[in-house]
Amino acid sequence: MASEPVKNFNQEMEFFVDMQRCIGCRACEAACAECETNGEEPMIHVNYVDRAHSVQTTVQVCMHCEDPACANVCPADAIAKDSNGVVHSANTSLCIGCSNCVMACPFGVPKKMEAAELMMKCNLCYDRTSIGKKPMCATVCPSGALYFGPREEIQKKRPHSTPVNTFKFGNQTVNTKVYVMMPNGSTELRVH
Amino acid sequence: MFRIFYSLNRKALINATIAMLLAIALVYVGSRDLQNFDAALIAYLFGTIFAVFGIMYRYSVWLQRPPTRLYWRRTWKFVFSKRFFPYLGFVIQQFVKNIMFQRFIYPRGRSRWWGHFLLATGCMLAFMVTIPLTFGWIHFTLQPGTLDIYEAHVFGFHVAEFELGGFIAFNAFHILNWCSLLVIVGAVLMMRRRIKNGGLIATQTFQDDWMPLILLQAISVTGLGLTFDYSFMQGKTFEFMSVTHAITVILFLVWIPFGKFFHIFQRPAQLGTNVYRKEGARLGMAVCPHTGHEFATQLHVNDLKKVTKELDFNFDLEGGGSHLDYSPEGKRAALAKAQFAAREQQGQFFG
Repeated sequence: MASEPVKNFNQEMEFFVDMQRCIGCRACEAACAECETNGEEPMIHVNYVDRAHSVQTTVQVCMHCEDPACANVCPADAIAKDSNGVVHSANTSLCIGCSNCVMACPFGVPKKMEAAELMMKCNLCYDRTSIGKKPMCATVCPSGALYFGPREEIQKKRPHSTPVNTFKFGNQTVNTKVYVMMPNGSTELRVH
Repeated sequence: MFRIFYSLNRKALINATIAMLLAIALVYVGSRDLQNFDAALIAYLFGTIFAVFGIMYRYSVWLQRPPTRLYWRRTWKFVFSKRFFPYLGFVIQQFVKNIMFQRFIYPRGRSRWWGHFLLATGCMLAFMVTIPLTFGWIHFTLQPGTLDIYEAHVFGFHVAEFELGGFIAFNAFHILNWCSLLVIVGAVLMMRRRIKNGGLIATQTFQDDWMPLILLQAISVTGLGLTFDYSFMQGKTFEFMSVTHAITVILFLVWIPFGKFFHIFQRPAQLGTNVYRKEGARLGMAVCPHTGHEFATQLHVNDLKKVTKELDFNFDLEGGGSHLDYSPEGKRAALAKAQFAAREQQGQFFG
């Protein structure tokens, strides 16, 4: 975004995800669809990890990378990160629906809306977080897999966990605004 | 002060200068050595020439970005291949569907499509009329020996004639008014969305979202004002109307390369990505190692591996392969499995 309206984004509030806690209830999906920036389309992903062998489910929001691969590979300059560190959904007048972002995101977040030839993704419920409210998904998650609040609060609630925002995908290190809860002492999450 | 000249993109500067000189040459040739050039439109000409320079400069810089360059090259390569005719047909069909009728906007909302369609149709029609008029490519003369037959000339060649006061004449002389009406209705529909939609209210900015609509409204209203003035006010406010209209139009022209209106020139790239996808599907699909399902074209996956490396990302895995070989679902599952494994190793899944 070239310039931004005056907002009340609270930098003290952070997003902590613990996929291990996800029970696959899809309450977050229903809540996400209420976010006005999505146009009634849920942007959060809930899916089985390996359905043939386990009932484990996982939940994925946009991690809002420090250097977003999606924005870098966009040929239309449609994806931008703002000064709050929020990586926004594609600018609808610029997105050409090529799916580069869908394929390049290491977390598998952006969605291509085929009929509209448009990429959409979680933008941290910008209509809410920009005025100091919590994202929809975090307000309804019953198991604490999605938590939005001050760091001290999550540390008090989860003394055996530590939030991590460094991820390794092969040779690539990715730092994010959103944290994943890991065992104490962890400094990163190596995916591959 | 002159530092800006050193930071200019050389290739883009050359392309923009060539485009600008070409436009000036076309004005000269198309108006038959300026014989048919309407000097009253000189300010519009300067605005248009600046727009040509700016648009070509930005377009050239844009094409130098690795992902854009890749799509640009791939598109032309596929179109000018041995499948030229099928792809030409496909491009024409896509052009009608997605550029002329912007069909891809309809699934995003019906009133949104109507708004955009009216805006775009009004603007495109107006461009088709005003640019040839400003460049002196079209002009009208009275048929010799008559007082009621008008002749239309294109590039100095007589192409049509029509009776003054007739249906054709009425619409030909009022076409820009019809364009203004389309734009006004379209802009009102778009403004309505921006006032009512909570998501848009949260993310919109004045300069990127409101300013273009206000500018288009101002152009249309002042343009209608010209006709209103000579039809109902005996030309009493003509100077005011013509000056305010010229100011708004020139602001629009000069601003095209910098603001939201540049998307008009970026949008045709969508046709290229559709050709790319079609050719990719013909060459073969990529299968996700996790889900076992096809998820994208192999061409796309391979190209993206190269593009990400050009952009200083390296998703190569130590044991061979790449994280980009996984579908979005496969990537999410890989992350969840890695987190699960770390928790399992610790022996404590919660807390």
